[in-house]
Amino acid sequence: MTAQHGRPARGGPGLGYVVLGVVGELLITLGVLLLGFLVWQLWWTDVEGNRAQAQIVSDLPWASPVPTRAPTPGPTATDAGPKIATPRHDDPPVMTEPGHAVTFATLQVPRWTGEPARPISQGVDRETVLNVLGIGHYPGTGMPGAVGNFAVAGHRTTFGKPFNRIAELQVGDPLVVRTEGAWYVYRVTSTQIVDPTQVEVIAPVPGQPGVAPTERMITMTTCHPMFSARQRYIVHGVLDYWAPTSDGTPAELLGGGA
Amino acid sequence: MYGWLWRHLPGPVAVRVALCAVLAAAVLAACFVWVYPAVAPYMPFNGTTVQESPG
Repeated sequence: MTAQHGRPARGGPGLGYVVLGVVGELLITLGVLLLGFLVWQLWWTDVEGNRAQAQIVSDLPWASPVPTRAPTPGPTATDAGPKIATPRHDDPPVMTEPGHAVTFATLQVPRWTGEPARPISQGVDRETVLNVLGIGHYPGTGMPGAVGNFAVAGHRTTFGKPFNRIAELQVGDPLVVRTEGAWYVYRVTSTQIVDPTQVEVIAPVPGQPGVAPTERMITMTTCHPMFSARQRYIVHGVLDYWAPTSDGTPAELLGGGA
Repeated sequence: MYGWLWRHLPGPVAVRVALCAVLAAAVLAACFVWVYPAVAPYMPFNGTTVQESPG
């Protein structure tokens, strides 16, 4: 490993080679550590995030998994399958905003086959909510079912990437939100790509800050393009119907519904 | 630097290779558990929210 170019004088050319070698090895080491950071971000945080979020959902006492047997229509439950909840179009119950980092709802999107239900928690900062709890709810925006805008944010890559497949959503796709007492089935109405500073997308009337809301909307925000934070991918939706969780399961989660 | 490390590891070549692999794995594990999570908030890669000030 040592190059013998004659006996190096004190402070002579031998030292220069040594310094060059150390600098080169440090640079290579830095490169390997940076590569390791990429692997950590894009793979390990998903491993940890998926595990943690699945644990959060299974720990929720009111979020038992949706049955996967063939659905049975009608208000009576039989052994032939789970009960389909009858859609209700009257005013839904709206819960009050909980404290920071409290998990108060789950989101399941039938379009994303294979994706589990993801927890929704209060707050949108990364360190305490998005990186550890999954989907975050913008404080001050509407709660599920409220007249206004139920605005949520989630990672598109890393930390379990709950909104990874957001670009697959099409107009009319159901977004099923579940709280302790009720299902809220929203339908996608539009998508857009905006700058990170365009906060009007989470206004009570999306795009029109200061205007009093009349509809019950949902808005999802995440980064765009996929591995960048340069822009935001926005999905808007409107409430289609709600149902008490005691009435059964929305047809959309059982492979039915238009 | 690594040459110095190699020369000061005990045992035949096979043992040194194994020791190097263990050391590298230990360094990477320490990075995964402590260094990378500490550094990540300062990297501008993961903004998913809309807000008036850049963040």
